[in-house]
Amino acid sequence: MSAGLIFKPVAELSALLEEKKISAVELLQTFIARTTAVEGRIRAFNSRDEAGALALAAASDARRAAGQSRGPLDGIPVGFKDVIAVQGQPLTCSSKMLANFISPYDATVTTKLKAAGAIPWGRLNMDEFAMGSSTENSAFGPTANPWDLTRVPGGSSGGSAAAVAAGEAPVSLGSDTGGSIRQPAALCGIVGLKPTYGLVSRYGLAAFASSLDQIGTFAHTVEDAALLLGAIAGHDERDSTSFKADVPDYCAELKQRKGPWRLGVPREFFGAGLDSEVGAAVKKGIEFYRAAGCEIREVSLPLSAEYAIATYYLIATAEASSNLARYDGIRYGHRSAAAVDAIDIYAKSRAEGFGEEVKRRIILGTHVLSSGYYDAYYLRAQKVRTLIRGEFMRVFQECDALLSPTSPTAAFKLRENASDPLAMYLNDIYTIGVNLAGLPGISVPCGFTGSGLPIGLQVIGQPFREAELLAIASAYEQGHDWHTKHPVL
Amino acid sequence: MKYEAVIGLEVHVQLKTASKMFTRVAAGYGEPENTLTDPVVLALPGALPVMNKEAIDKIIKAGLMLGCAIAPVCKWDRKNYFYPDSPKNYQISQYDQPICVAGAVEIELPGAARNLMGEHKRIPLTRIHLEEDVGKLTHGATDSLVDYNRAGTPLMEIVSEPAMHSADEAFAFLTSLRTTMVQGGISACDMEKGQLRCDANISIRPVGETRLGTKVELKNLNSISFVRDGIAVEIRRQTAVLESGGTIVQETRQYDGESGISASMRSKEMAHDYRYFPDPDLMPVKVDEAWKAAIRATIPELHFDRQRRFMEQYQLPYTVTSVLVPDLALSDFFEETAKLCGKAQAAANWIANDLLRELAGAKQELADSKVRPAHVAALVGLVESGVISSTAAKEVFVEIFQTGELPEAVVDRKGLKQSTDTGALEGWVSAAIAANPQAAAGFKAGNEKALNAIKGAVMKASAGKANPKLVDEVLRRQLGP
Repeated sequence: MSAGLIFKPVAELSALLEEKKISAVELLQTFIARTTAVEGRIRAFNSRDEAGALALAAASDARRAAGQSRGPLDGIPVGFKDVIAVQGQPLTCSSKMLANFISPYDATVTTKLKAAGAIPWGRLNMDEFAMGSSTENSAFGPTANPWDLTRVPGGSSGGSAAAVAAGEAPVSLGSDTGGSIRQPAALCGIVGLKPTYGLVSRYGLAAFASSLDQIGTFAHTVEDAALLLGAIAGHDERDSTSFKADVPDYCAELKQRKGPWRLGVPREFFGAGLDSEVGAAVKKGIEFYRAAGCEIREVSLPLSAEYAIATYYLIATAEASSNLARYDGIRYGHRSAAAVDAIDIYAKSRAEGFGEEVKRRIILGTHVLSSGYYDAYYLRAQKVRTLIRGEFMRVFQECDALLSPTSPTAAFKLRENASDPLAMYLNDIYTIGVNLAGLPGISVPCGFTGSGLPIGLQVIGQPFREAELLAIASAYEQGHDWHTKHPVL
Repeated sequence: MKYEAVIGLEVHVQLKTASKMFTRVAAGYGEPENTLTDPVVLALPGALPVMNKEAIDKIIKAGLMLGCAIAPVCKWDRKNYFYPDSPKNYQISQYDQPICVAGAVEIELPGAARNLMGEHKRIPLTRIHLEEDVGKLTHGATDSLVDYNRAGTPLMEIVSEPAMHSADEAFAFLTSLRTTMVQGGISACDMEKGQLRCDANISIRPVGETRLGTKVELKNLNSISFVRDGIAVEIRRQTAVLESGGTIVQETRQYDGESGISASMRSKEMAHDYRYFPDPDLMPVKVDEAWKAAIRATIPELHFDRQRRFMEQYQLPYTVTSVLVPDLALSDFFEETAKLCGKAQAAANWIANDLLRELAGAKQELADSKVRPAHVAALVGLVESGVISSTAAKEVFVEIFQTGELPEAVVDRKGLKQSTDTGALEGWVSAAIAANPQAAAGFKAGNEKALNAIKGAVMKASAGKANPKLVDEVLRRQLGP
């Protein structure tokens, strides 16, 4: 029975728990066994606290036995990207800088998930400080794509995507600054949801780029992504950028909303650089919607296509250069043994503690903000960002949502792009505008390449209309069985 | 050549708020090291700042009291620099849009004599903005320790125009500013606790010149007297340099208040690039008219306005108002007393002299005193209506200060009421005249002063209870032609 559990949607696992056909402890042990079996090849986790998780599972069983279940997530293991704080657990951001850092506090999403009875299950690998698109920038080594162990899982939330795809966790949390949830979801053949900026509290999410970062969910199904979103969304007085929006019952909403929808297809997202197999699969997805009665409109997002990446790398690096200044070796984190004074502690600890890509972005961001360049770079980028958001909002006057590829290619080989940062940055070309505009986006599996690599379809929604977005994504999922395919490990 | 000094002050004032500027941790002083901390104060990964509304309230109040224009939006910027006392290695501050702009501090310069009001001036302000304080470093022989208790405490930076021309003006500026901040409940301004800190920019130029000279920044002026002394020393130093044909070097100097000399810390400001940019973790705060109006309603009368009013409305002398107005509670105490007894000047004298003397003697605060306005008002009434003598009143005051009894009760208990029993009085007077024939003769010969000796005898015979006015009347009648 347990082998059948590892790829079951949470909705089904909840039912089994509720009917007491399995216990939370048994469920967790199933995932522990699976992880033990495949983790040597996947390397999705930076760390796991099996004993602690089992204790929480036992507590969940006790609640259920006492008729005090906290709902559908009670007893469900949830993987955490190693950038979200869980009290008493490591928070490494896959960086040597924080290799030995234990968080003394819970992120707001952690508090909420614990309150819902979910069990924090392991710390998942990522690109260092969420900077990257392949998880190769981890100080602790890369994660493998479960569909092809010689390929990357995408990034930066590669561990979160790979763990779910490989059956090591039923769902997981990631963070998305420029595509870091949607792209690895696409490359690993699962669902990845990036909510509207401000819907989910960032308190306890180690910041990369504050105005772009957003916590989101990985799952096998759209419904599971919705269930997890419902548990973590909502205003948080500890995050000034969190929005005072009502949180609907996303699972109920996505079942009620049936369309048909007006769906836009951005012309520029199907041009040069798009892999032909990926393009074909996405176009088939679009045809599915048309056949289902949706109105398909070609739309144009010229600014986003042309300037999103440049704009992003100015704003994100500027914010990162300031956000990462706190990692200085003074209060916590790596301190160079060779340092002799304060300036030396800064210079040597940061030189030793940060990886190459992080240093590259800190240097770029420092330059972008420096006197004499601020107006030309940072301020200009902010203006372009406003224009890009305006461009999306204009298109939304005639569309409910947009359809596009999530990533221009399927999973690439480990080290294939590692030496060429600019080529790596292009991975985010279809996802990055969504972050700049603060919109919600979701990637759902929409087929495989000839060599068996998953392909993702991105649906981009209107701000704070996640219910609609999820319903549109779910409509596609209901008409296909891609989400029932799993890698053989 | 005659030189004129040009002085601008940069004053940091810690706001009196229950919690820190961006988190719920208490703001405090003197607690064990690093206990007033949390993930936000320590800048742990993932911690986010959330604005303390009380801090905005307080700076708006400060701005309104000083006549500043209040910006419609309160916006936050990051000032990026590395220093171990700054946990995030950036300070949340306000760069291009300070919340308070312009305004002025009214000052009073020393008068020609202690009892004469000095000249009043308005020193214009450039801006006031809000930022967070940093932690405190303690340097040992081989290591340095940092205490983050102070880190994140809300701090106002008040920048004056370079519009002061003497050490006395700077002293008066800080004195008036501190009075305003304390009376507004904005800050306790305790310089020993670092709640008020001041840097001065000083330059000199030939009188008549309009261009500014090379400025020197004077730091570490950690008491108001040090500000005055340090500036005076610096003006003399610069004058001496110019007079001996030298040039002023742009530099930062540290003043040592104990030795009274300053030393160069560094020549020219190191070219800092703070890479200011809007803090993406904080939303701009809209300050609307209703908010401002609500704060305006809590503003007390400014101390110099009150002084002018006391002098006019109550006809109080300048010296007495100078004692009353720097203390808002004392001013209120006075006004309430004046209202109760209708004798403002007498009330003011009791408060400014006797009450303050007793408080100082007992090392007591006004708020803790058993003497309330009703006591003083009653005492004034007893004296004015002739029930007790002013000599007896002094004794009564000491008594009520110690016990909190009402004056009437003390007068009754101690039998201090002036006697109005004319039968007894006639007897005491006759006896006194008989006992002092020389004085009686002297008075009859036209020596008014001779009467005092007989009056003294009457008072003695009556054990102080005889009403001096009645004694005078009866005495004159009995000695009359």
